[in-house]
Amino acid sequence: MKLLLTLKKIGMFYYEGFAGQKSWSRQVWLIIILKLFIMFFVLKLFFFPNFLKTKYTNDKDRGDYVIEQLTNPKK
Amino acid sequence: MIENFDMSLVDWSRAQFALTAMYHWIFVPLTLGLAFIIAIMETIYVKTGNPEWKKITKFWMTLFGINFAIGVATGIILEFEFGTNWSNYSWFVGDIFGAPLAVEGIMAFFMESTFIAVMFFGWNKVSKKFHLISTWLVAVGSNLSALWILVANGWMQNPVGMKFNPDTARNEMVNFWDVLFSPTAVNKFLHTISSAYTLAAIFVIGVSAWYLLKKLNVPFAKKSIVVAAVFGLITSLFTVMTGDNSAREIVRDQPMKFAAMEGLYDGSKGAGLVAFGIMSSTSENGNDNMKDFNFKLEIPNLLSYMAYMDGDAFVPGVNDVINGFTDNDGVVHPSVRTKIEMGRKAIHALKTYKKAQKDKDVNLAQTSLDELNENFKYFGYGYFDDPYNTVPPISITFYSFHIMVGLGMWFLLLFTLALLFVYKESIVSNKWFLRAAIWSIPLAYVASQSGWIVAEMGRQPWVIQDLMPTLTAVSNIDITSVQITFFLFLTIFTGLLIAEIKIMLKQIKLGPNHGGH
Repeated sequence: MKLLLTLKKIGMFYYEGFAGQKSWSRQVWLIIILKLFIMFFVLKLFFFPNFLKTKYTNDKDRGDYVIEQLTNPKK
Repeated sequence: MIENFDMSLVDWSRAQFALTAMYHWIFVPLTLGLAFIIAIMETIYVKTGNPEWKKITKFWMTLFGINFAIGVATGIILEFEFGTNWSNYSWFVGDIFGAPLAVEGIMAFFMESTFIAVMFFGWNKVSKKFHLISTWLVAVGSNLSALWILVANGWMQNPVGMKFNPDTARNEMVNFWDVLFSPTAVNKFLHTISSAYTLAAIFVIGVSAWYLLKKLNVPFAKKSIVVAAVFGLITSLFTVMTGDNSAREIVRDQPMKFAAMEGLYDGSKGAGLVAFGIMSSTSENGNDNMKDFNFKLEIPNLLSYMAYMDGDAFVPGVNDVINGFTDNDGVVHPSVRTKIEMGRKAIHALKTYKKAQKDKDVNLAQTSLDELNENFKYFGYGYFDDPYNTVPPISITFYSFHIMVGLGMWFLLLFTLALLFVYKESIVSNKWFLRAAIWSIPLAYVASQSGWIVAEMGRQPWVIQDLMPTLTAVSNIDITSVQITFFLFLTIFTGLLIAEIKIMLKQIKLGPNHGGH
């Protein structure tokens, strides 16, 4: 019961905080959301796959590939 | 071996990383420094109970909030790039980078995101003391976040506390404390954060100077200037001190970088410090990277003193590092030609070791492993043919270093004059000073970026000093995707910067009486 009350208090703290924001805060929140969307749903998905994770399924193969790249580099 | 690399891919990958890192660093230093200035202002409010200080705190907190929000997560893009564009590097550094960055992530998330909410939403909801503690924790938390990334960067400049595992091709941490407390990491952290504090102090003074020029919010602006000038004077002195320590450390661990910073081609005993110099567009020594000086103002013996606390000490130049030299402690530094030979042996030994393991040839595997361990220290040199390919771009390193130091001296004077004019009650009438203070805001960013250019260009061609050249660190990917993302970032970051400046200017014009946040 006490825990629920504390959680409710914390929830209200954030709710009232967000609700009482000034216009600049709303503007920056919009920028943050837009930025995070572009970063994680556009850039990360389409332009930044993890090169070694995509190419190989296990660490041994990844290590072997890097050693090959380091000892026998090719264009 | 250098001909086996696609240098245009390397260059585009570097340009992309540099662009992202430099834009990221526009937002970070103001966050690091302004957090402490706000904490100091709020402490005065809590101590005195004077509501004027609450108004001052809330105003600067608004600007802090805008900068924090626009800049937040811009660093994550660097981590995307590690995985995509720098996969060889990311794999090779192993857990050295992973552990500090994981600690950073946890710290940043819990400390900043929890207490920043109290900082902004908690006025009149939590006690004054709890609010103040939250503000201080945001300041400490954001600076601790910076610690871990700077420790990782310090390790790249001076790799210690690790052992290379040839089975996995990864460096494994053997001593966390060696990594955390390496002189490079300690100096880098202290110098970087103190310079960030200086930048934030200049920002506060510059904005306040604008109010004074416009004769707006005069008591507010004067109070802000006093706090920022005292804070800035202390932190800029600390920046000089940590920069000095850093230089002494660089001359020992990265003598080539030190020589490039000073444009010192031939070392000497009692070397002079080039206080000001203009490089020629030509070079008589046949090396385009090592331009002659058209003009230089040199202070005798000062470089030796700065580097070794001894005006007669020997400071190695570029040619000495290339040809090998004996330092002031009697330690013999082999020539780059010798290092290249050792590097080639190490690369060959790694290749043979892997083959021997595959063929289950235990003896050959052991012999190769011994040879690898013996020569691993100079592993990265094995990729070069010409020793002069291991010299960083000298002009840009030299100028960036001198711009940073020159501006640092101006900032010291700026803080001193600000305090002097406030004390004499003449700051409002000294309009030239107020204008200079406003123009010092962009100069602070120039100095801060120059510092990073010195650190990162000065250590080229290495991504990890002596072990991994930048050219071997990049992923073998299609160059077009790197070019596309370069211009995408340029657009996104420029948009973010314009948004930040516009929102900030609007809040500055509204002033502290608008009620903060």
